[in-house]
Parts: sequence; structure tokens; C-alpha cells
Amino acid sequence: MINLDFESEKVYNTGRAPINIHAFKVPLGKVHIIKERCKECGYCWTYCPKEVLEKSDYVNKNGYHPPRIKKGKESACVACGMCEAICPDFAIFVEEIKNE
Amino acid sequence: MNKKLIKPGNYFMNGNFACAEAALIAGMNFYAGYPITPSSEIMERLSYRLPQVGGHFIEMEDEIASMAAIVGASNAGAKAMTATSGPGFSLMQENIGLAVITETPVVIVDEMRGGPSTGLPTRVGQGDVMQAMWGTHGDHEAIAYAPSSVQEMFDLTIKAFNTAEKYRNPVIVLTDQVIGHMSERLLVKNYEEYEVIEREIRKFPDPIGKVHDFSIDYVPMVIAGKGFHYNIDSLTHDEMGYPSNDPKIEEMMVRHLVEKIRKNEENIVEYKEYLTDDAEVLIIAYGITARSSIEAIRKLREKGIRAGMLRPITLWPIPKRKIERLSEKIHIIFVPEINFGQYSHAIREHTKVPVKEIHFPPGAVPDPKIIIRNIEGDAT
Amino acid sequence: MIEEAIHPKDIYLRSDRFPHIWCPGCGLGIVLKSYVDAISKLDIPLDHHVLVSGIGCTARLPGYANVDSYHTTHGRAIPFATGLKIVNPELQVTVISGDGDLFNIGGNHIIHAARRNMDILVVCVNNFNYGMTGGQHGATTPEGARTSTTPYGNIEHSFNLPYIMASLGASYVARWTSLHVRQLTKSIMKAMKMKGFSFIEVISPCPPNFGKYNKFNDGLSQMEFFYENSVLDNNADLSEAYIDFSGKRPLIVGEFVQRIRPSYIELERDLIKRAMEEP
Repeated sequence: MINLDFESEKVYNTGRAPINIHAFKVPLGKVHIIKERCKECGYCWTYCPKEVLEKSDYVNKNGYHPPRIKKGKESACVACGMCEAICPDFAIFVEEIKNE
Repeated sequence: MNKKLIKPGNYFMNGNFACAEAALIAGMNFYAGYPITPSSEIMERLSYRLPQVGGHFIEMEDEIASMAAIVGASNAGAKAMTATSGPGFSLMQENIGLAVITETPVVIVDEMRGGPSTGLPTRVGQGDVMQAMWGTHGDHEAIAYAPSSVQEMFDLTIKAFNTAEKYRNPVIVLTDQVIGHMSERLLVKNYEEYEVIEREIRKFPDPIGKVHDFSIDYVPMVIAGKGFHYNIDSLTHDEMGYPSNDPKIEEMMVRHLVEKIRKNEENIVEYKEYLTDDAEVLIIAYGITARSSIEAIRKLREKGIRAGMLRPITLWPIPKRKIERLSEKIHIIFVPEINFGQYSHAIREHTKVPVKEIHFPPGAVPDPKIIIRNIEGDAT
Repeated sequence: MIEEAIHPKDIYLRSDRFPHIWCPGCGLGIVLKSYVDAISKLDIPLDHHVLVSGIGCTARLPGYANVDSYHTTHGRAIPFATGLKIVNPELQVTVISGDGDLFNIGGNHIIHAARRNMDILVVCVNNFNYGMTGGQHGATTPEGARTSTTPYGNIEHSFNLPYIMASLGASYVARWTSLHVRQLTKSIMKAMKMKGFSFIEVISPCPPNFGKYNKFNDGLSQMEFFYENSVLDNNADLSEAYIDFSGKRPLIVGEFVQRIRPSYIELERDLIKRAMEEP
């Protein structure tokens, strides 16, 4: 799991950073969870590179615990789309928030 | 279109070739088959002729694949056919059921030979009659035509395509090795004189909204690639094509598949009668046995026995109303078959008159003398 | 978190049938996702896509995608697809079916379709058993594995699918696991654009059957196994590409074969042209 901020700091300190490094913004994503489709397989919270998700206490109509965003991680999602790609149940997707 | 169909006229042709040419006139444009004696000539002829008329020919790896391929081809919009014999027919049964449940029109030519198992590949038999009706598992209705001349091989193949398209069911042309291999006079009429029924294709956008409709006999067929995005399933399904294990859905679906043929029996059933007006002894025979029976009837009449013949053109559905009517004036029915008694069972269901079987072991054309001897022994 | 939004890919799905019947952790939902992503990104019209399958858990997949779908008899998806494709070559025919359906009962058909270079894409989802019927062993069950019909351990050698398909002359052969979602999507897109016979094997967890019998308590532990053991090697020696779950061998994934040879549809069209020109 790569901590982008740490890496860019490291590079910056060596003097080899690109001049416009601060022009690159880390994307921000909003996670949408379709709770009633989830089957609690665990792939989304296991494979999220930013560890944004965890199992919730809510129980859906089929008896499964869908994911929820961890406290404090609401702005951590970088819209990589891994949760959306790996969910077998079409129960989660990511919307990239673009601020112009 | 530059179609090279067989030109109208008189020919001296063998049954298998006649079947192949008739299929082309009926508009068949996809054939998938597997070599099997005695029907290989149909396939060989079509491997040469189908590409000439712009159709598709493929020799598949086995009969199961042939049957699956023609069901697939028909779902893509083609008129599809295959030809086989006993062992291949046994292999095709599961996918005949697929054609039934997906309501796909296809034509299967089964050229019966000596059985059981590999049996007598090069000699005649009539042992697949019950299999044509009951071979595939589960509830269904079968339609099977039995030609007994080269002319009928030609005409009934065209009719088989029409019936398949009309009822969206697989139709079997149940012929035998002798009819397939013998050569006789064949008259090919002008093309306009042949009725060729084309299937009704679903319009897009679909006004019906679902792939099947179990409340009516016929819905226009959904073809792949036209934008319908329906599911066609071999599992028991509801009208949207989605699999279901609800008993009510199963009842609706199966009732529809069976009733659409049963309700229209009067329109499907065909038969020919020979000297039945004053008959007291009736022969019911089909295929090559019917030809032997005509000779037997001639000789019997010379001896004063009033024999007649009912020849079913549709073996299935069985011409039961005709049998019931004839049973009112005849007092015995003889059923000669090149098997140890198959169609006789079906006949017995529809008559109170005694039904006597005349068994001809597979391998030879039935000798009329044996038919005469059996009838003389019993009719008096 | 935002609740009850409709998934952006729902237009490619028969979403009235969701949630689907597959078990929690089953890789089939991921394969469906990859297929749907692939067809949404390609320029092939949606109406031209056709999915054909046999019988089994994998074979339920076409029922969930919003394309023309055919759920046919066990093992016979490939000849059915052959019939569809020959009659209408515009159709983009994909067969998605399981390892037992394609390589046990359907084994004869897949080798001939590959031999003919029939223009179809076959996605074989390999979960190493017959999942739908309770986890019986099949041709791809690894040696030594336990299943409901190998309680003493499987004594049969298993198929090495990429090796077989490459030797049969397939135009495109790839293997991924259900963890390699994005690579799988790219593979499907590439294979659909290629002429000839394409084959993609997708290794999938089967939590209640193969997984449970072989000490994988849930889908996640099987996915972790894929993560730990899969090795991407496009130039691998395919004779070594067979799979076992001992952990001592790499699980080789990648795009192994991409070659061009005349496809069946091309050759057939040429044949018809020649036959029609004869006087």
C-alpha cells in the first residue's frame, strides 16, 4: 500500500521532485453502498488500498453486514475503484468528486 | 437472388437426395450433421449444394453437437436441419428437448435402420417409432412424418419445415433405410406451387414485452442480435425466460408446450386410405411396410378378403379420430412393422377392435406373403 | 455513506433479478462485473453481444446480463454458440461456462471448436469442482484435493487448461484469477476484438464446496491464496502451468498465446463465395 504523500515528501527532499509536484492533486472519491445487495464477502474492505472500509453493524434483509466507511476516513478514498471492481454483488461503487 | 434450386420437372432420384433438395426449396440454410449410415448421403449432397445457394454447412464432431448447433442456428434466424439414424437419434434426444422447451423450429430426419444399438447399419428397421414420440425426457408433444416413397420424402420434408415453423416445435421426418436409398420417379413442381411458411419474427421494439406467452399457441419468435436482450432458458422458466421452480410456473409452461400441439391436432394429422370403404380387415402400416401392404391387400382381395389400409402420414400425432371411426366397421386391425411391436401399442389405445401385430425382424423389406399368411390365418 | 443508489452498471444487468444466487465470496460476480465492464467500454453495439452457457453455477451468468442470453443444455454451449455464430457472424458470441461443463461433458466440443478456430470467446470459470451440484470432482480438480466424490483425496491427474488450449491452436489463451479484475476486463476486450477462437480461464473461489473441503474457510482465504501464489508470466512454459493448492507451486497467470491464423468464419465465407461462382 503506497502512501502517496509520504513518497512525494521523500522525493521532494532529495531535490529530484518534479517542479510541479504540488499541481498533482490526489483524487477524492465518494463511496456508494447498496446495502441490500451485499453478501459480506469481505473483499472490498480487504482490498481497499487506503483501508477506508470496515464491516458495519447494520444487518441487511438477507442477514449480512454491509461495509461502512471507517470513522475519520471520509476523505481518504482516492477513487481507485478497486472496491467497485472486486465486489461480486454490484453492491458498491465510487463516484469521483471533481472540484474545479 | 441467384439461387440454384432443383429445376421443376421429372426426375429419377434416390430418397436421400430428394430429401436434401426439398430442404433447399423449403428455404433451409443451415445444416449440421454427422456421418451415419444410411443418411450420410443427405449430408454429402448438402455439403455440395448448400454453399451453392448461399447456405451454411458444417459437419460436427458428433450428433449431440449437430443437434445443439441446429437449435442455435435456428435461434439466430436460420431454417436448420440435421439427418441421422438410430444411434445418432438416441444421442440427439436431450437437445430435442432443448428445442421443445425453447420453442425452436428445427427438422430432424431419422432414417431408421436395424437396431438396437449399432445394429444393422445398412439394412432397414422401423424400431425408432416410439422413440420419436417418447425419446426425450419430460412432457412434450412430438410431430413425426413417415414418408413411404421418394415423392413423399420430397413433399414431406417441405411440409416438416412448414409445420416446425408454424408450431415452433422440432419436427421429425421418420423414414427408413429403404425409402432413403431407393430411386423412384420424383416430380418437382414449379416453386410457386409449394407452400413455404416462414416464421413470424418478433418486431422491435417488442410490443409483447416478454419472450414467451403461455396463454396463446404462437408468439412471433425472438431472434438473437436484434436488440431484444431476452433470456432463453433450458430450465423451467416463466414468461420472461427467467428460471423458476414455482410449481405454478412449471404447470403453465408445460401445459402450453403440450397443448399447443394437442389443440391443433386436427390441422396437423394426415393420413391416406387405401380401399377402406368396404373393408372388414384393416392394415395400419407406414414407410416401406405400407408398400408391401398394398401388394398384400391386392392379393387378399383376389381371395375375397375385404382388406384395406390406413397409412398414417403423421405417425405422431397418431390419427386417433380416424382409427376410432374406422373401428366402427372393421373387426380386426393388423399392424405389420419392421420391429417387434411398437406403433401397435399406440393404436390399441384408440380402438376396441383386436389389434394383431405382424413382426418383421429388421434387415429386409417385408414380404407381402407373410402379411397375407398372417391375415388369412386370423381373419377367417 | 450514501444509501440505495443504483449501480452505474445496472443498465447492463437484469437488475430486477438481484441479489444474484451466487454464494458470498464466489468469484462469479466478479467475472460478471468484468464482462459488463468490457462490453461497456468496447465499441461493439450492445445488441450484437450474445452470451451462451451450459449448466452450472457459472452458467447462471448469462441470466443476469442484459444481453441476448441462452442457457442451454449441460456441456453443449459451444456447439449452440457455433450455430449462432455461423448464421450471423455479426454477433459477438461469448460462452461463459464452468470447468465441468466445458471440459468434462463438453470436452469434445471445446477441442473441436478450438481446432476449427471458431470465432467465439470462451470464458471458463474454474472453481475446480462441480459447484452447483454440491462439489463433486471434475477434470480440473487438483491431485490430492478433497471433494464430495473424492473423500480419500483425488487420485486423478488434472487438466492444465492453458496448455491444452494452446496446443489445440487457439488464437488467444489467457488465465487470470478473480483477483485480477482489471486484467480480466482487458483480456475480454482484447479477445473480443480478435478473430478466431479465444479462451480465458478464470480461477475462482468456491467457498461452500471446494473451499470448505480443502481448508479454505471462506472466499477471502482462497483469494489470499491467489494473491500469495499467483505469478504473472506471459512467456511461461505452459506444461508447468497446472495447478495445485499445496502452496509449493506458483499459480501462473497471464496472456500466454496470441496468434493469428485463418478463422472458421473467414474460411467459410470464402467457400460459399467460391461455390456460388461455379456455373
